Amino acid sequence: MSMLKIGDKEFQSRLFTGTGKFSNSALMAEAIQVSGSQLATMALKRVDVNDQQDDILQPLIHAGVNLLPNTSGAKNAKDAVFAAQLAREALGTNWVKLEIHPDPKYLMPDPIETLAAAEQLVREGFIVLPYCHADPVLCKRLEEVGCAAVMPLGAPIGSNKGIVSHDFLEIIIDQANVPVVVDAGIGAPSHAARAMEMGADAVLVNTAIAAASDPVAMAKAFKMAVESGRMAYEAGLAGQVSHAVASSPLTAFLDDL
Amino acid sequence: MSFYDHFKQFNWDDISMSIYAKTAKDVERALAKPKRDLEDFKALISPAAEPYLEQMAKLSYSLTRKRFGNTMSLYIPLYLSNLCANACTYCGFSMENRIKRRTLNKEEVAAEIEAIKRMKFDNVLLVTGEHETKVGMKYFREMVPMIKQRFNYLAMEVQPLDQDEYAELKSLGLDAVMVYQETYHPSTYAEHHLRGNKMDFRYRLETPDRLARAGIDKIGIGSLIGLEEWRTDCFFAAAHLDYLERTYWQSRYSISFPRLRPCAGNAPTSGLQPKSVMTDKQLVQLICAYRLFNPEVELSLSTRESPKFRDNVLPLGITSMSAASKTQPGGYATEEVELEQFEISDERSAASVEDMIRAKGFDPVWRDWHSVYSG
Repeated sequence: MSMLKIGDKEFQSRLFTGTGKFSNSALMAEAIQVSGSQLATMALKRVDVNDQQDDILQPLIHAGVNLLPNTSGAKNAKDAVFAAQLAREALGTNWVKLEIHPDPKYLMPDPIETLAAAEQLVREGFIVLPYCHADPVLCKRLEEVGCAAVMPLGAPIGSNKGIVSHDFLEIIIDQANVPVVVDAGIGAPSHAARAMEMGADAVLVNTAIAAASDPVAMAKAFKMAVESGRMAYEAGLAGQVSHAVASSPLTAFLDDL
Repeated sequence: MSFYDHFKQFNWDDISMSIYAKTAKDVERALAKPKRDLEDFKALISPAAEPYLEQMAKLSYSLTRKRFGNTMSLYIPLYLSNLCANACTYCGFSMENRIKRRTLNKEEVAAEIEAIKRMKFDNVLLVTGEHETKVGMKYFREMVPMIKQRFNYLAMEVQPLDQDEYAELKSLGLDAVMVYQETYHPSTYAEHHLRGNKMDFRYRLETPDRLARAGIDKIGIGSLIGLEEWRTDCFFAAAHLDYLERTYWQSRYSISFPRLRPCAGNAPTSGLQPKSVMTDKQLVQLICAYRLFNPEVELSLSTRESPKFRDNVLPLGITSMSAASKTQPGGYATEEVELEQFEISDERSAASVEDMIRAKGFDPVWRDWHSVYSG
């Protein structure tokens, strides 16, 4: 299978993971390791950036997983930019998952603030991966200001509802010149496989692994689903037909003309 | 427009009657729905729901895990002053109680901060009585920035303030404000708040509106269970939450459900007997009902409850807990017990509560905010 390239990094695994909601950090580390994920996101608000022994950071650094600090908690562009700068300084990475949700109930991303923050962060040399709606125009605009990838949602975050934004994701994937990472809403390995079959470049999964009864086994299931979905995409899915094909060609008469 | 205008459409007795009129069928319908409204909430807190408690607990557990994961946030109250110009029948700080009054100065607050930091807390709730001149904005202006320097998340449970005062405190680092209505029954409210500014039911009722307009990140509401018939009072808290979420979509909300406990004092009002007694089983029912009604709201449990109850109810919907609380000003840095606002039931240390949380399979979260998002 082909490697995924985002910014200056290459990834063998197309499964990105999150670090929240696990019952302890050892389980988090084990699940991420088993998932084969090479990029894990963590909320700046949850980690103690001044402590290399931090419960969340330490096992990831030890396992060689790339860190993707996120700006969860930011309600506007100003907060998010400030948080990204802090994370860069403390964690030594210029990668950032840009998340701006002014709405604490459904955690919907703010498209206007996200675009403004993305533009500024790119100017400041960040590798910006913005979490956004499955909005094809917004994704193009984010690409145009220099985002390294786009992360449209499959369904409301934490909902485990799957790829409910399917028709819009199709357009986004079709149009994109940067990797498309389907983020949020993926609740089962079959959802992840579906996103990959559609041609998404990667998926990000957190709740579905962390809140599973057996997070480690679920992490493995996601690893396999993502690989299988990608393999199917690269193999070229046979086209679907929804009705029987007429046995006598409809245009045969042209030969007689 | 404020919640007061919305509130006027509700008639206490009608609501109370409709809660008690709910049937098993109403409960089953509520349980089967993917999203539940205030009528469903009534069914879930009604006596008709009692046989369904196990089912409610299972649903509540799984909704809470989906939203909050296997985590439990921890916070600690920091009592700054027990001065109070209110007379409230249920509170140890009531002005009528002849007790030693104390307001911490900067050095004393600094000592408390250090003691709290040693216990690992990063989320602190400042508590005071109500005293405009000695513990008012001037005092908060002095203390909030100093305390905020050492904690990422700062909450307050003090007298209701004006909107511009909240906006100013936000700029100094205040993140959350808890303001419990105590009871949503106006005449019962009047019976329990005998003197002082707290007598103003409407000003208190409209406080969450002012908080949201001032842009405070999190607003905590609730009723003091026992002052009035608990089912109806808790319905009002749910209706308040519903109004707030619809009106102020950028604010975060939490609900508390303190049960009336014995308090200190030799005033004639001490030893207040709850008008409505809520059993442990009913508190579990309420917690699950709040969760089923609102999967996103934070539910907070204090050390008023016993260790055994807290340990067992922890997975059923709660998202944050206090631990190692001392309710007298200066209680962390000094050992002597002077005067408590109410008696603590769970006297375990922060470390042993942390161990308990881990043993239950949850990750204790000390820190879930960065001060960069404040102000």
